[in-house]
Amino acid sequence: MTKNSKKLALTGGYAAAEALKQINPDVMAVYPITPQTPIIEVFSKFKSDGEVDTEVIHVESEHSAISACVGSSAAGARTVTATSSQGLALMNEILYIASGLRRPILMLVSARALAAPLNIHGDHSDVMGARDSGWVQIFCSTPQEVYDKTIVGMKLAEKVKLPVMVIMDGFNTSHSVENMEILEKEAVQKFVGEYSPEKYLLDIDNPVTFGPVALQNSYFEFRKDLSDAFDTVEGELEKIYEEYGHISGRSYKKIEKYKLEDAEKILVAMGSVGGTIKDAIDKLREDGEKVGLLEISLFRPFPYEEVKKALKDTKEVIVLDRNLAFGTKQVLASEISHSIGKKVKSVVYGLGGRDTFQKQIMDLVKGDNQSGYLL
Amino acid sequence: MNKELTKNLASGHSACAGCAFPTIVRTILGESDVPVVISNATGCLEVTSTLYPYTAWKVPYIHNAFENAAATISGVERAYKILKKKGKIKKEIKFVTFAGDGGTYDIGFQSLSGALERGHNFLYVCYDNGGYMNTGNQRSSATPFGAATETTPSGKMSFGKMEVRKNLMDIAAAHGVPYAAQANVAYLPDLKKKARKALETEGPTFLLVFSPCTNNWKFPTSQFVSIAKLATETNFWPLYEIEKGKYKINWATEKPKPVEEFLKTQGRFKHLFSEKNKPVIGQIQKMVDAEFRRLASLVE
Ligand SMILES: Cc1ncc(C[n+]2csc(CCOP(=O)(O)OP(=O)(O)O)c2C)c(N)n1
Ligand SMILES: [Mg+2]
Repeated sequence: MTKNSKKLALTGGYAAAEALKQINPDVMAVYPITPQTPIIEVFSKFKSDGEVDTEVIHVESEHSAISACVGSSAAGARTVTATSSQGLALMNEILYIASGLRRPILMLVSARALAAPLNIHGDHSDVMGARDSGWVQIFCSTPQEVYDKTIVGMKLAEKVKLPVMVIMDGFNTSHSVENMEILEKEAVQKFVGEYSPEKYLLDIDNPVTFGPVALQNSYFEFRKDLSDAFDTVEGELEKIYEEYGHISGRSYKKIEKYKLEDAEKILVAMGSVGGTIKDAIDKLREDGEKVGLLEISLFRPFPYEEVKKALKDTKEVIVLDRNLAFGTKQVLASEISHSIGKKVKSVVYGLGGRDTFQKQIMDLVKGDNQSGYLL
Repeated sequence: MNKELTKNLASGHSACAGCAFPTIVRTILGESDVPVVISNATGCLEVTSTLYPYTAWKVPYIHNAFENAAATISGVERAYKILKKKGKIKKEIKFVTFAGDGGTYDIGFQSLSGALERGHNFLYVCYDNGGYMNTGNQRSSATPFGAATETTPSGKMSFGKMEVRKNLMDIAAAHGVPYAAQANVAYLPDLKKKARKALETEGPTFLLVFSPCTNNWKFPTSQFVSIAKLATETNFWPLYEIEKGKYKINWATEKPKPVEEFLKTQGRFKHLFSEKNKPVIGQIQKMVDAEFRRLASLVE
């Protein structure tokens, strides 16, 4: 614990709202959806109590939420939003516009299943659907991480001029309480700094046209520029994590390693399942299984090099996807397989909030489950 | 070109000769005494004014997508509010949205409704050319009854669009906006007056402006003003305003011209003049008369 921090017990949703309060963004445009609601309700209370200056726009849909965010960000305001599931799917069209216009919008996502059938519980279907929309995607596995990465995400977005999603698992993280540390507001304010955009709509004396038509002679370059911008993210994120480590005492990485050094089998996963896997690993190791966990925190851009280094000497790699891709290989499994240039064992778990138990992980590692699912 | 006229929207855009919306945009923006920031929906105005690396806009402008011009300006306007409060922006600024009828009556309907309901301080202008012109003339819910479009062609079994135009003015007014007005590009002094009033009114305001389309209504480019004029002279497009719920008709005549006079100027209504379709013209005349009577009855 550093001198300017405080211990609290918070849910992931509350932790996000707390971090947003300390950032005190200019504008937040939001529309409610379970399990994102705690974030916007807690934040709205902060607003009602005068604890934030933020203009909160209670729009009539997620499509309008992200549209208003694009407008607000283009106007020159530090802008945030939050959503889940159907809401993120409804935003899809504008996600591409937000990134295409290089808007540094921060979005908290309580990741949730997609209909049909309707299901309000946690999985990664929604964020996987948005994975190539030009947004940076950072996964969190605990409320503490949600708090920290919200603050880091805001700074990163403005540094690399890209929109950023900070993702927590719906319910597993958004609604579960954890003891955690938060910083003083002043420290957060100092860390994120003032937002001063180069070009913005309200700069009346320097008029800009945002969102032009660009045809065969220029569209391609615009898209390539956006792609090139992603090449800067890993380096900038490392620097920001380091700086954040200095003020918080907590250090983060693009990927997190657990007992990898001597591991012969490595599980790869993202989000809240990490805790269960670690417990399983501890048990398995008691039985002499040399097993470890690689957690992917930065999913877009995907840290291929680091992943490759972490997995290169491993005999067996088992990848857990909390999303079901149809008619193709699973998303994270494909990324990992691509990183290391060989086949991995792919398994789908936790869809629609289905619990994942230690025993299931242990069976998987022991080779007792070859079905491809932790049903 | 006249410098004053083009101070907001330059010449050199690529709108068709005889297109009405450059005049509409310039006339409306010309009435603002303070700087403006524009949001624009996808559509003809947007594609003809922002072809990269050029822009015809001399004022700050954002095009986001087709259906979200009102949501976009909501964000801009609230950003302004907070940045002004924080002292980061000093100037007085007005916010204006331009969208076509498709971007307003149809796909952008919800976004517009939300923005009106939330009470943002902005002017929403719909230039109504009665169809999706940018994509080649498909019907919208603003397309007039009887008009032939690419998706409502006339044929053995059809006289064109069989549904009546949506009454967007009343819908806008039902949000309790302080000012909504219907105007016409052929009546510039009236349009100016309405633009000024809308811009000077605090809160969300709405202008619906008649905007002939030479290409898809099928008339010679030189005729856009005279055809627009006929729309009002026949009561097809009355000029009126709704101020704090009070209706006022701004132009009326004892003897409106028969609607046929307006219809016959445009290729989109040509099929109505066949023997088989003649009754439709009578039907349109009845609708126009009834609507004008209804409007007149709303005036105190
Ligand atoms: C979500 C979406 N659907 C469809 C389109 C295709 N589209 C672009 S402009 C347009 C019609 C615009 O009509 P209107 O708003 O009346 O403006 P106009 O072109 O007539 O000026 C359509 C259908 C689009 N850009 N986005
Ligand atoms: Mg149109």
